[in-house]
Amino acid sequence: MKPLYGMTIHEAHDLLKKREISAVELTRAVLDRINAVEPLIDAYITITAGQAISDAEAADQAISRGDIRPLTGIPLAVKDLICTRGVRTTCASKMLENFTPPYDAAVMTKLNAAGAVMTGKVNMDEFAMGSSTENSAFKITRNPWDLNRVPGGSSGGSAAAVAADMCLGALGSDTGGSIRQPASHCGVVGLKPTYGRVSRFGLVAFASSLDQIGPLAKDITDAAILMDAVSGHDPKDATSVNREVPDYVAGLTRDIKGLTIGIPREYHASEGISPDVQTAIDGAADVFKNLGAQFVEISLPHTQYAVAAYYLIAPAEAGSNLARYDGVKYGFRAADPSGLMDMYCRTRSAGFGPEVQRRIMLGTYALSAGYYDAYYKKASQVRTLIRRDFEKAFKICDIILAPVAPTPAFPIGQNIDDPLAMYLSDIFTLSANLAGIPGLSAPCGFSKDGLPVGMQLLGNFFDEQTLLTAAFQFEQATDIHLKKPQLPAH
Amino acid sequence: MKISTQEVAHVARLARLTIDDAQLDLLAAQLGDILTYVETLNRLDTSGVEPTSHAVDICNVFRADEPVASLDRNAATANAPEALDGNFIVPKVIE
Repeated sequence: MKPLYGMTIHEAHDLLKKREISAVELTRAVLDRINAVEPLIDAYITITAGQAISDAEAADQAISRGDIRPLTGIPLAVKDLICTRGVRTTCASKMLENFTPPYDAAVMTKLNAAGAVMTGKVNMDEFAMGSSTENSAFKITRNPWDLNRVPGGSSGGSAAAVAADMCLGALGSDTGGSIRQPASHCGVVGLKPTYGRVSRFGLVAFASSLDQIGPLAKDITDAAILMDAVSGHDPKDATSVNREVPDYVAGLTRDIKGLTIGIPREYHASEGISPDVQTAIDGAADVFKNLGAQFVEISLPHTQYAVAAYYLIAPAEAGSNLARYDGVKYGFRAADPSGLMDMYCRTRSAGFGPEVQRRIMLGTYALSAGYYDAYYKKASQVRTLIRRDFEKAFKICDIILAPVAPTPAFPIGQNIDDPLAMYLSDIFTLSANLAGIPGLSAPCGFSKDGLPVGMQLLGNFFDEQTLLTAAFQFEQATDIHLKKPQLPAH
Repeated sequence: MKISTQEVAHVARLARLTIDDAQLDLLAAQLGDILTYVETLNRLDTSGVEPTSHAVDICNVFRADEPVASLDRNAATANAPEALDGNFIVPKVIE
């Protein structure tokens, strides 16, 4: 039998249900695993061992009363920008280093009610701005497959923790690819839901019209379990959509014969896709063909403008959202201010890291007098064109198959001095956020150097089910998701 | 598009950031690169295209106008850098 920390959520659930293990045993195994490999990976910002054990004890009591649900007693990690009552929530920023939320995010209320056990808060790029987790104010998280490489970002801590068995599953957030890209780089599953599917109440805002919370998981079934737990309308998030949530797990076993998969001409022709990624995506297409899917070439003609539109819209929203960090209500305040203006400026310059300041500057510029029409409005119009591309495509296909990132995980430090190069690596993921559609990343192969490569499946609005079902059928037909990074056993 | 260090300093003031002189040059170069790149959007004719500010078409969302409990005042100020009796303390505003 594999070690308890190596279990998927559904495997651990089966053992808990049969009373072959206890939730406390499972949680202790995961906490021991965290202690053993955290010095190598640096995934966690805060480990909540004491609370985890007492939550596991409560889960065991519930189980002994016969109350067991899919997440009862399951140890999960949470990205450190999701508010957790009584547990500090730093956004990997000096600004919020000592911020302890007085309330839970809606997704935490749901996970707690579902009986889940939180093992701690995991690392990320500061305020979710980045593609490598190198922008954390606290630590650099390492890719479990190659410790000299980045785990991707911004949910790099979530992805690395799942890949290194330092939790059974995790929550992340995705504003421009921040769940899907690290999932791809770490060889795990990640899903960005449709905008409005999951409540953003208690998610620290980066770009409010793009942010979504979603799961990172060891396999598709686990991702579906987590989606079942966190999806749904919330009156506290006016942008969450009041629409029925299907039973995602129940829908996984549906047949995908006759499913039409679109291949975007523009993605295929895109320069900069590494041969490793192209080979893996072509291999995935063959698997789907054997499963009875059919393929159609589609066109997303505005793809080449997505990076430019995104890097105006997201910074503009961030500039506004991050105005709240002024040293007054919570967070860091610079010492001995000479007056209010001095306090604002020195607080923000000392509290925010370079990438966050760069994006605030970019966003402020794009919204400033005389530039609004040329930049922000223009980008918002291009956003309409990008959404229309997808609406048109989904008239002739059910889902779209695409790469997640142009290359496998890159070495730590490679792109850190060139922000534009880092932004361009988001080319395949940004469009889904601009359009609002769901996107799933699942392992589909390995590079010549043994690094995981993910495929991206994009779906129509609120059709997470077809993405999960197609990826589940793929997973059943292959054994790619079973390969693990080589870390010391214990 | 090139952006001058004076413009960078102006935007920094708007954003309430203090940027030192050495950083001004670096930021001017980096922002200039990014702005040059985003100007590829100008190749597109967008006349008559409605801007999208939100991915999902939601209009006003109302709830019943019923009072509900809000956060306890001391809990709300507990994270403040400086607070007293449920109030935020700030430096003197008016001399």
